[in-house]
Amino acid sequence: MAETNGNYNVIGTRPVRHDGVDKVTGRAIYGVDAHMPGMLWGQVLRSPHAHARILSIDTSRAEALDGVHAVMTAADIPDPGAGVAEANESGLQSKRYKSASLMARDKVLFEGHPIAAVAATNKHVAEEALALIDVEYELLPVVLDVREAMKPDAPLLLDDLHMDTGGELADQPSNVASRTIHEEGDIEAGFAAADRVFEGEYTMSMVHQGYIEPHNALAYWSADGHLRVECSSQGQFGIRSELADHLQWPISKINVFPSEIGGGFGGKTTIYLEPLAAVLSRKSGRPVKLTMSRSDILRATGPAPGGYAWVKIGITNEGRITAAQAMFAFEAGGYPGSAVGAACLCAFGPYKLTDFRIDGYDVVVNMPKSHAYRAPGAPQGEFAVDSLVDEICEEMGFDRLAFRAMNASEEGDLRANGTRYHCIGNHEVIEAARTSDHWQSAIGSAPGRTRGRGIASGFWMNGGGMSTAVAQLNSDGTVTLREGSVDIGGTRTSVAMQAAETLGIPVEDVDPIVPDTDSIAFTGVTGGSRVTFATGWAAIEAARDLRKKMVDGLADHWDVASDSIVADEDGTFRQNGETVSFKEAAGILDGDDLRLVGSATVVPEGSGNTFAIHIADVDVDLETGKVDVVRYTAIQDAGTAIYPPYVEGQMEGGVAQGIGWALTEEYVYDDEGHMRNVSLLDYRMPTTLDVPMIESIIVEVPNPGHPYGARGVGEVPIVPPLAAITNAIADATGARMRDLPASPPKVQAAIAALDS
Amino acid sequence: MHAISYAAPTTVADAVSILAEHGANARMLAGGTDLIVQVREKLRDTTVFVDAKHIPDLTQLTVNADGSATLGAAVPCHQIYGDDAIVAQYPALVDACRIIGSTGIQGRASVGGNLCNSGPAGDTIPPLIVHGAVANIAGANGERTLAVEDFCTGPSRNVLGDDELLVSLTLPKPADGSGSHYLRFIPRNEMDIAEVGAGAAVTLDGDTITAARVSIGAVAPTPLFVAAAGEALIGQTAGEAAYEVAANIARDAASPINDMRGTIAHRKHLSFVLTQRALRGAVARARGMEVGHGH
Ligand SMILES: Cc1cc2nc3c(=O)[nH]c(=O)nc-3n(C[C@H](O)[C@H](O)[C@H](O)COP(=O)(O)OP(=O)(O)OC[C@H]3O[C@@H](n4cnc5c(N)ncnc54)[C@H](O)[C@@H]3O)c2cc1C
Repeated sequence: MAETNGNYNVIGTRPVRHDGVDKVTGRAIYGVDAHMPGMLWGQVLRSPHAHARILSIDTSRAEALDGVHAVMTAADIPDPGAGVAEANESGLQSKRYKSASLMARDKVLFEGHPIAAVAATNKHVAEEALALIDVEYELLPVVLDVREAMKPDAPLLLDDLHMDTGGELADQPSNVASRTIHEEGDIEAGFAAADRVFEGEYTMSMVHQGYIEPHNALAYWSADGHLRVECSSQGQFGIRSELADHLQWPISKINVFPSEIGGGFGGKTTIYLEPLAAVLSRKSGRPVKLTMSRSDILRATGPAPGGYAWVKIGITNEGRITAAQAMFAFEAGGYPGSAVGAACLCAFGPYKLTDFRIDGYDVVVNMPKSHAYRAPGAPQGEFAVDSLVDEICEEMGFDRLAFRAMNASEEGDLRANGTRYHCIGNHEVIEAARTSDHWQSAIGSAPGRTRGRGIASGFWMNGGGMSTAVAQLNSDGTVTLREGSVDIGGTRTSVAMQAAETLGIPVEDVDPIVPDTDSIAFTGVTGGSRVTFATGWAAIEAARDLRKKMVDGLADHWDVASDSIVADEDGTFRQNGETVSFKEAAGILDGDDLRLVGSATVVPEGSGNTFAIHIADVDVDLETGKVDVVRYTAIQDAGTAIYPPYVEGQMEGGVAQGIGWALTEEYVYDDEGHMRNVSLLDYRMPTTLDVPMIESIIVEVPNPGHPYGARGVGEVPIVPPLAAITNAIADATGARMRDLPASPPKVQAAIAALDS
Repeated sequence: MHAISYAAPTTVADAVSILAEHGANARMLAGGTDLIVQVREKLRDTTVFVDAKHIPDLTQLTVNADGSATLGAAVPCHQIYGDDAIVAQYPALVDACRIIGSTGIQGRASVGGNLCNSGPAGDTIPPLIVHGAVANIAGANGERTLAVEDFCTGPSRNVLGDDELLVSLTLPKPADGSGSHYLRFIPRNEMDIAEVGAGAAVTLDGDTITAARVSIGAVAPTPLFVAAAGEALIGQTAGEAAYEVAANIARDAASPINDMRGTIAHRKHLSFVLTQRALRGAVARARGMEVGHGH
């Protein structure tokens, strides 16, 4: 664990995070806490069917109910027009499809699809009103499996969907929205050069992010046309632009307030309730609040896609990969836009490839529209690739880390998208795994259980994008730092630390706040592991700007030229033998009536890719198929670990979610497309008793593309757990779990199949 | 949600008359850990809640002069595992009380509520069956008693009429040399519903089994009393060979369904595995050894 890497005063230290005390004492205000005088409560009527045509909707009885102030249907949402919009970590998305997913127009495509919404004096009246809305449906056959959905005779979800292959549209409509192909070199020659060729097929269930705070929105559309929205989101600006698109309303008249957020993990980078609350507010003239139940969240928000994967790897007797091929088909849900693209780009990320081909299919099925979930697409892809890699190592007798070292991608190697790796820490991570206490320790045993050890790799791209920060000097020498990124993982502090480092002041003297969209310039979504990198960079630039203005101000005060003043790393300013501290400088400038503000909007590139290796020990009960993770180590390149405790926090969180994904979490449907496990009792996220103490090893290979060397850290830790755990099960039992989750019935059946 | 009424009778007779007056709209409220959740989720449209916790007959836990125990229907789990005499005599029931929900839930959840909720996976029902418990029921037509294995009639259904309530459960005193154990299988390590549960009670004379009862849960519309499994053990030497015979009978008795909590094949298999484990634990306890409570 790096205390600080010694190069910095603030970076690498472990201060108490700025928002910590309020959160642990229950005083922080979350989106779901928002309230306004005169507020109405909204409720959403949702489709009980997974695939149906809407023949009619009659809201008249609901409108007549006492206490009901407004009722809306899709007819109240303007047509956003053709075209696509950025779907925040989920690529581009058709605006018309997004609009139809907010509230069904002619068809429902998943159970829980919104049909209508009501605003009333309280929740109970609103709920009663829902029961008075009459909807006639014509039921249609449902498609729930990605491979079934791809068949030519499968029932069609969207009549106007034609498979897009690099801009070329198929003649016939189908459920396949797109096909992407990444191909380099000559795979036939590559496979011909192999001594052995391995193949495997893998399937995985849809899984939910499982954030604890439900979606919520409070909207107030004032008489002069200003729309104010408070909600729990991973980015107030993304919510604002989607609202502008879907309400056809000027951006300048929409102000979105970020709140503390009780988890998002990618799932809160888009709108669900916000436009409904806005329309109901406009219709009623009152503030309207909506929240989702857990069942609504599971049924009708954006989980990570499940799907199908096929992987083929050619290998020499020495253990070199000669060629690799993969096909991924992901369940996008009711509308196009799964994370299959990123699966294609990341699956082979840890490995050096020259000859490869990767095909990705984005397929619609009658399930909720999938959305971003932490390293979207990468865990599914890596599960398939690293399961096969493990099998290769076992079959051919290679040491699992030596194999990775021999085939590790490194600077200058080809990436799946045809570009080349910059400075990366893949080798350093492998070496840190090799020397880790976990890898060096004997595996041990537990009575009545069989223990196994698995490892897997992970790769994630990391994002850049636009960020804004404003550093405002106060008369007492403290700095108020406005930064545009919603803080979901301690980033207020990691961003403030970079400003403090630049200014040469303690981080406790920087007070970071996250303002509404009217109060700061554009900042991209909190996603893509981008905030510490990009918003941190904005804070560095804002701090530099502030310091330059302080120098200019002091130059005026002292009546010298600016370039005769030296601003030191410890925050002091020197001129001709005179030294003033940062605080003294602030006092002088305030006395001169200079209220100084430094600001910057940056669009940095070079976010720097990141790598991880996880080691898992599991105990398997051979009789029941129960798997317990008993020891777990996560090793990851963080670049410079700006704020180490929250690098570790991200690593631990990714592992905890990965354990659920690997072992117990799944979307269970009946044949008609009704989700059967719509509560946290039966949608089984791991509890504290299911997650062991997690050992985190931070590797620091500074990113040359950032002033302090930061890389993104939040996403890669969910990439390796799936294969690390199933590989451990294989090590313990000999049974390869190729279908996730590796739940007890499947594990027990796989063990029984080995015996027979 | 509509307005609801709440009644807090202090005698069984008053409770019966409130139930009789409101029929299917009224339900007894013990800890509420099932009922309140179900009403909120619109699984039941109960409009009159009749609180069980102000009626002394329903809230007392007593060991009687003959060594049997009377368990008021509304006695919560924590009171059961907090009572040394009960812990000594009815370890299988205590196993169940310790694994229901969490510490917080155990502060309210009652054994009577668990039984009257009549879920196929209710954790206290197989233990009550292996302990030979009898349900004491009161209604508009007077009182009646019934063996617990005859109480449930289907998922969430039981023998109680709209005007009836469960007053208490009588658990006979176990013979000397007895031991019992209940365990369940859940995919996680807490906060889960049994995919299968199994309870066993045995009486030993030396190494010979002289009495045995086996019950399995979550593998049929109601918790199952597998009488044949217990009978097969009688006269046998306690040990793996005997357990395997009984466990096979339990597996054959199980008629589970596929659902989000498990598959038919896995549940059948677990009926076998858990019956073996329950018997091992029961015998170990009969011999005075410590056995932890399973999930
Ligand atoms: C978080 C959580 C975890 C849980 N975990 C478990 C678990 O691990 N295992 C398990 O088996 N259950 C579990 N449960 C379910 C529940 O806690 C148990 O079934 C509990 O024993 C119910 O008891 P209660 O006193 O709360 O019953 P209540 O909810 O008050 O009543 C349950 C039902 O019985 C009826 N009833 C109650 N008393 C009487 C009476 N005297 N006469 C007639 N009818 C009556 C009620 O009308 C109602 O229909 C869990 C519940 C929650 C919320």
